[in-house]
Amino acid sequence: MKKSLKARNNDIANTSRQMEILSNGIFADGKLPTFATKIKETNQLPLRPKKLEILQINLGYMCNQVCEHCHVDAGPDRKEIMTLETMNQCLEVIKKTEAHTLDLTGGAPEMNPNFRWFVEEASKAGIKDFIVRSNLTIIRANKKYYDLPDFFKKHNVHVVSSMPHWTRGKTDKQRGNGVFDKSIKALQELNAIGYGLEGSDLKLDLVYNPSGAFLPGDQMALENDFKKALKTEFDIDFHSLFAITNLPISRFLDYLIASENYEDYMVSLVDAYNPAAVENLMCTNTLSISWDGWLYDCDFNQMLNLKVASKVKHISDYNEELLQNRNIIINQHCYGCTAGAGSSCQGVVA
Amino acid sequence: MSKNYYDAADLRKFGKITEWSEELGNKFFDYYGKVFEEGALTAREKSLIALAVAHTEQCPYCIDAYTKDSLQRGITKEQMMEAIHVGAAIKSGATLVHGVQMMNKVNKLEM
Repeated sequence: MKKSLKARNNDIANTSRQMEILSNGIFADGKLPTFATKIKETNQLPLRPKKLEILQINLGYMCNQVCEHCHVDAGPDRKEIMTLETMNQCLEVIKKTEAHTLDLTGGAPEMNPNFRWFVEEASKAGIKDFIVRSNLTIIRANKKYYDLPDFFKKHNVHVVSSMPHWTRGKTDKQRGNGVFDKSIKALQELNAIGYGLEGSDLKLDLVYNPSGAFLPGDQMALENDFKKALKTEFDIDFHSLFAITNLPISRFLDYLIASENYEDYMVSLVDAYNPAAVENLMCTNTLSISWDGWLYDCDFNQMLNLKVASKVKHISDYNEELLQNRNIIINQHCYGCTAGAGSSCQGVVA
Repeated sequence: MSKNYYDAADLRKFGKITEWSEELGNKFFDYYGKVFEEGALTAREKSLIALAVAHTEQCPYCIDAYTKDSLQRGITKEQMMEAIHVGAAIKSGATLVHGVQMMNKVNKLEM
């Protein structure tokens, strides 16, 4: 299996190197406007948070897959895992937050040894929408995970899973050999206990990321194609498809540079800039918490190590009121969330 | 001025044609945009037609644009290649059907 950029000591694993690439070149020589310049045109600078709705917690960067486009640079060799102490700090926040959605992510969040305990404790807080971002293959990776579908059902977890395409070739190319077949099996198991069925409260949504240097197409059209193909070929049902743009950071940035697509991709993002998407950017209603408890405006800023611009930077000092008073940190990667119909962890935003 | 007849970066400048003929340019782009909207045909079907025509017209800009557009719409490589074969079949058929004209002429001229 391929190693993470970090394990390979790849230059791009260094977040300051990524920031350097994003800030220089075509943006420094004026060929393309910076994101700050662009949002200033519509008086949206500085970007400010609205009401907090989603707490997204990263339980660790360890994963059983090494996807080509992964913005986390996750993989089996990543050892960063949230400790019980940090989990307890998160639980204190979950109990008192105004946010209605809790979104657990990774890596493969299920690989955190205290994942189940954390889900059980967090679900007691009565969060309205409790999301676990599952890569699907983890359910079939090892016997100890076989009961995950029943565990999710017991706690009424909303399962959101990645599925880049309805064909084996495209999925395996992005996510690794054998991922497609295992994902299909996992989806069938989730369907078998009621997940994703029409009218079912057991929510099962899929995430589509383009498998290359191009932007996602119309979310609804893609959802229709996915539904038709997965139903016909594998008798699989799911609720919604979230079309998410690949942001030019981490492994996807490495791919863009290596394949000589970086400049064209940035041009595509800037050309597709949609000011209406700025209004609903996920960083305006989300807080991202890293495995070690630091706070970020979004998952992407977390991966670039851009901590919130606030006195409160760590979960141990959490103060929602103070945090709501911050300016959101932006850079050129933000164009990924404002292209076309916009992009967020919940799909399109405009 | 580029030493090549085609430069991939020129596609991005397409909109500039309005600078030298604003009214006609704008009319063209309005029409173009309207054509590709969902209608009796889906935007996906239109993208595949555009890809096939891009090849028969051998327009490198259009090939770049509609290959990317097809990928964005989740169109598979197999579907794209089949669309191009449709274009190629019509193009070669259009050449060959003129063979009948040649045959007619030969039949008329020969004793």
